[in-house]
Amino acid sequence: MKMKLTTLALGAVMAAGPAMADLVFPSLSYRTGPYAAGGIPFADGYADYFTLVNERDGGINGVKAKVIECETGYNTEKGVECYEATKGEGALVYQPLSTGITYQLIPKVTADGIPLHTMGYGRTSAANGEVFSNVFNYPANYWDGASGIINYLLEENGGDLNGKKISLLFHNSAYGKEPIRTLEELSKKHGFTLSTLPVDHPGQEQKSQWLQIRRDRPDFVIMWGWGVMNQVAIQEAANTRYPMENFIGVWWSGAEHDVMSAGDKANGYKAVTFHGVGRDFPVFDDMQSYVVDKGLAAGAGDQVGNVLYNRGMYAAMLAVEAAKTAQEIHGTNDITPAMMRDGMEALEMPEARMSALGMPYFGPSFNVSCENHGGPGLVGMTQWDASAKTWNLISDFAPSDRDVIQPLIEEDSMAYAKENNIETGCK
Amino acid sequence: MFYREAGDFKTSYQEDSQTFPIKFDRYRYYVVLALAFLVVPFVVNDYWANAILLPFLIYSIAAIGLNILVGYCGQVSLGTGGFMAVGAYACYKLMTSFPEMSMFIHVLLAGGITALVCIAFGLPSLRIKGFYLAVATLAAQFFLVWLFNRVPWFYNYSASGQISAPERDVFGIIITGPNAPAWATYLFSLIFLAFCALIARNLTRGTVGRSWMAIRDMDIAAEIIGVNPLKAKLSAFGVSGFFIGVSGALFFSVYLGAVEVGEAFGINKSFLVLFMVIIGGLGSIFGSFAGAAFLVLLPVVLKVVGVDVLGWPTDIVAHIQLVIVGALIVIFLIAEPHGIAQLWRVAKEKLRLWPFPH
Repeated sequence: MKMKLTTLALGAVMAAGPAMADLVFPSLSYRTGPYAAGGIPFADGYADYFTLVNERDGGINGVKAKVIECETGYNTEKGVECYEATKGEGALVYQPLSTGITYQLIPKVTADGIPLHTMGYGRTSAANGEVFSNVFNYPANYWDGASGIINYLLEENGGDLNGKKISLLFHNSAYGKEPIRTLEELSKKHGFTLSTLPVDHPGQEQKSQWLQIRRDRPDFVIMWGWGVMNQVAIQEAANTRYPMENFIGVWWSGAEHDVMSAGDKANGYKAVTFHGVGRDFPVFDDMQSYVVDKGLAAGAGDQVGNVLYNRGMYAAMLAVEAAKTAQEIHGTNDITPAMMRDGMEALEMPEARMSALGMPYFGPSFNVSCENHGGPGLVGMTQWDASAKTWNLISDFAPSDRDVIQPLIEEDSMAYAKENNIETGCK
Repeated sequence: MFYREAGDFKTSYQEDSQTFPIKFDRYRYYVVLALAFLVVPFVVNDYWANAILLPFLIYSIAAIGLNILVGYCGQVSLGTGGFMAVGAYACYKLMTSFPEMSMFIHVLLAGGITALVCIAFGLPSLRIKGFYLAVATLAAQFFLVWLFNRVPWFYNYSASGQISAPERDVFGIIITGPNAPAWATYLFSLIFLAFCALIARNLTRGTVGRSWMAIRDMDIAAEIIGVNPLKAKLSAFGVSGFFIGVSGALFFSVYLGAVEVGEAFGINKSFLVLFMVIIGGLGSIFGSFAGAAFLVLLPVVLKVVGVDVLGWPTDIVAHIQLVIVGALIVIFLIAEPHGIAQLWRVAKEKLRLWPFPH
């Protein structure tokens, strides 16, 4: 039985060998499982941008981009299988969109010499490029998000949060626990009290947490949720009549599908972000004419312009720009993963370049360097308008509190380097 | 014809009661062992090791462990995921506290610690059985996952609550971490699997195994003929816990390298291993292998056929996969409730008589 199945699998693997000419961008997507609502628009945006580049520009400097999609279902075991299955096909960069899979892949990509881009998720301290040579998390990381929320609240409250009560409602996993350290430091600095309320996977059961919020009456609630947890939390907040404008989510808790189910009651809910929302960017005209109208859109093609679609598109855009940078540095259009890594490390995204791509002010301008793989961490705030059914950017992209974050990054990355005997420094 | 025993005479009790009494069977077993130990390590690559062989080997150990408890001793358990987590976290604590020690010792100690925990949660089995025991072990599953999430000591106070395996070796060969060569991780897991299977097979053939089976078939009758239920049940929990702990330790340190307890060792894991045991065949060591192979390989094969060969969208394939695996489980249980092991046994019977059935 065993032998038969393995030989069958072997034959099938061999039959599916690809041509090695294109630039390969694997997409470890999840269109199934409890987090599919977030996984689908991201994967669509990621795939559509590469299609756009192929259709409009004839590829990246003439070399076609090829997206290999592999379904993980947000499951780390399947993520590992997907990684092993695709890495041999010349994969240039991995973007797993899952903190769990990121943690699996960090040591593997470093050993295999393939870059990993975890935009706004994954291991925050990977921003220290001296330790994590192959991991990038520009333009912003979780701790920038946490600090950005507090900065926004400081601004709203005249620069003083002393004596305020803030509750953190978080997904009880590596992802949800990430901001706690930073928020604790910030609470010491600004004098607010922080209480943490864990919600277990997948997050449908939040009665006791909201009972506690009702009892404590915190001034603000910060949410670190993903998937169905967001919808349930926003519904519960509406049920307990918690004022929506005091309820702020991280960027993974601020998409259309999170707020739609609560209807008008979700009006005023906020979420921090690191890229533009809506489809008022010239690039979407190209997207419409080159991809959607031609019937080449990924998935059902109904996600264009959604928050997470934009994020997937942004991720793909940064990958394409990094590939172009790599082609420039190494003087060849046929780049390898190692060259791609150099391109990502030398990436510069000034406003002029984004405008040229039809995405003016779509994200913050930033540079990546060997010491700093995380970018400057500029974050903005968005708010949901339930009557117009749109997310609106209500503040500029502002810097996070790097005085607090940088020492934490140092501490955590150095602990990792020590645990794994990594020689730090820039080559 | 294909499978014959003509001329295969036994002249002593020892020969008659060995694991593989038929010569052909025995040689086939040696050939498989030789292939696994002497050929596969030289041809294995990263994909085969990490995506197919390692999960198969590790789940086989877990399935053997659970099979001892459920299949041989009749104590229904839904706590496998939690016990695997105990093995993983014990291994992690040992690896970080005693970095100079060999991985062999870490994994064995992790198995031992899990055995103790498993015995503690097996204590209620002296009073309750069947569904009620299943619920008690389910409580263990939830309690253990909660504990490893709640107490920072278990994950060395890391900010994210994840545990990740540092680089450790055996006799200078790196076994864990990203730089471990595929053949080393494969061989390391294979040694543990061979060792566990050998122990399990011999235990179940001897006095201990007989007392387990007596308890399974009818506990009151077993007690009357002199089986001590306390000893039998707790030894089953202990041995089963040891194997499951070893598999959990390997699952974390050798296979995944980093683990988040709720995601990797949730209730789904308990069900998965239970399905392996049921599909493979209750009360059969071969069944544990067959069940693990079935549930590890089938999704990979379906994915390869659906996405790479037929070119279907990944989400459709993922959904079809759920439907097919579910349907196969149902069909299987209707057509052959005793699992793949029984199918194999029947096939062997048929082949022995072929082409002249009576």
